[in-house]
Amino acid sequence: MRREIPIAITFIVGVVFALAYFIPHRPFGAFEAQFGDWFGIIGAFAIWLGALNLMKISFIKVFRKRPDFPFALIIIISFLVMVFFGFYEGYKGLFATPQFSYRDPGTGFDWMYKWVYSALSATMFALLAFFVASASYRAFRARNLEATLLLVAAFFVMLGRVPVGDLLTDWILPTGYTMSSWADWIMSVPNTAGQRAIMIGIALGLVSTSLRIILGLERTYLGGD
Amino acid sequence: MKAGEMIATAIIIVVLLVCKFLLPKPIQLSPGLSGLVTVLLGLCFVYIFYLTMKDRPVERRIVFLFVGIALVVPFFMQFELPLPISPEVEKAYDQMAKLQPGAKVLVSFDYDPPSAPELQPVAVAFMKYAFAHDLRVIIMGLWPQGPQQAEQAIQSAFDAEPKLRDQVKYGVDYVNLGFQSGNEFVILRMGEGFKTQFPTDINYTPYDSIPLLKNVRNFSNIDWALNLSAGKPGTVEWVQIAVDRYNLHLSAANTAVQAPMAYPYLQAGQLLGLMGGMSGAAQFEKKTGYFGKATTYLLSQTFAHVAVVLFIIIGNVAFFRSRKESK
Repeated sequence: MRREIPIAITFIVGVVFALAYFIPHRPFGAFEAQFGDWFGIIGAFAIWLGALNLMKISFIKVFRKRPDFPFALIIIISFLVMVFFGFYEGYKGLFATPQFSYRDPGTGFDWMYKWVYSALSATMFALLAFFVASASYRAFRARNLEATLLLVAAFFVMLGRVPVGDLLTDWILPTGYTMSSWADWIMSVPNTAGQRAIMIGIALGLVSTSLRIILGLERTYLGGD
Repeated sequence: MKAGEMIATAIIIVVLLVCKFLLPKPIQLSPGLSGLVTVLLGLCFVYIFYLTMKDRPVERRIVFLFVGIALVVPFFMQFELPLPISPEVEKAYDQMAKLQPGAKVLVSFDYDPPSAPELQPVAVAFMKYAFAHDLRVIIMGLWPQGPQQAEQAIQSAFDAEPKLRDQVKYGVDYVNLGFQSGNEFVILRMGEGFKTQFPTDINYTPYDSIPLLKNVRNFSNIDWALNLSAGKPGTVEWVQIAVDRYNLHLSAANTAVQAPMAYPYLQAGQLLGLMGGMSGAAQFEKKTGYFGKATTYLLSQTFAHVAVVLFIIIGNVAFFRSRKESK
């Protein structure tokens, strides 16, 4: 029964969603709404599950003093500090006049969100720029036709997407043929064509995989063998 | 930590302290000095080119240093650069500009702080425009951090235009419905009724007691929607469900990484305009007339793009030269 029940649920939900797209009326519309709400509830639990799992893994790392355990310690402390300020400010706000929320401007939670979390996460993302530059210098080579095409497209898009592209070409080329126009053309024509091909491929793959899952032919999502 | 790294760290700290306490604010290089710095950076690239041609490619740390300089120094420069408005930004702006006062706009904040440098300027410019033109803004988020980003955008708009703080009323001119888990299912259920997914706003005020939402039942009561998206769930899900099934008029602002994926929807007319990356954000700021961080950051991005392109050229010239020699 551990396998049959999930397969039955998957079959019913999958069929209802597929039918509801074409027949959005009773009973399929009502079922779709119900299943959609259930999905939202499961999603909310998944957030908790993810947070608690992160804590569990981090605590295990710290207690067993695994390599890089100080990073796990930072995760735990950061998590607890944010949770503390969230609850503390939320509790304080409930009994204040006028009431305020833990995320309102001026609260400790908001301060940490703005000046610690936002700054640190943006920094992590910004590191990409350094690695891209390094990789472009050391590895981005026109070794064959495909790589050359990619390189030429990158050249036009990178310069055309910033003002310097037009600054370089404005005095040579007529309006409508400057670097930004080339970048626009690359994005609108070859990029769109490629994206469409990829999207159609993904859609076909999704349909076939979904059918296999709905019909119970694909069972790896259940775990085990 | 090695001695070299300690010295580099110490130099950076000293420079930051000098900038913080000794230099006058705001720090701005004159156009002449800005030009001189640019020429010096160009000469450094010539030297790197020379070294690379001599089979002495510069090490990774030098590349990092150059990117760092290319990103940071332009913050203090004064350059007037041309910024043509792309057709997709023009289209998005036109959708917004044709809204009548009192029109209801749904804005979904589907991003988190890592993507904020590219998307937050659009949010701030939009808020300033919306409040100045009496648009009614309904905020929501499919990402947990989205509503908090919205609050920050509103505060930035209020800080820039203090009179808005008194003029704009929460619940009447704008409302923040908060985050709802469930990804595309939230959009699907909103098609039947916003209240099913947001029974209260972010402050737990019941949906029915919010004046702005009085006649808002589902997407058919929304005049225009703007999706600020950094991934999934985001623009693709909004197009596939809200636009395809419920005929929502939707425009989007995407990160530069995500924008190429939205182009097929743009050409098909399912997406009414797109602001892609920092450049799209700066163009949007220019169109609205509310210049902000994207315009400032764009100069940094320009320098960084040029630096990367020069590194690619230098690397490839050296590659072809070495290949020719080996033959």
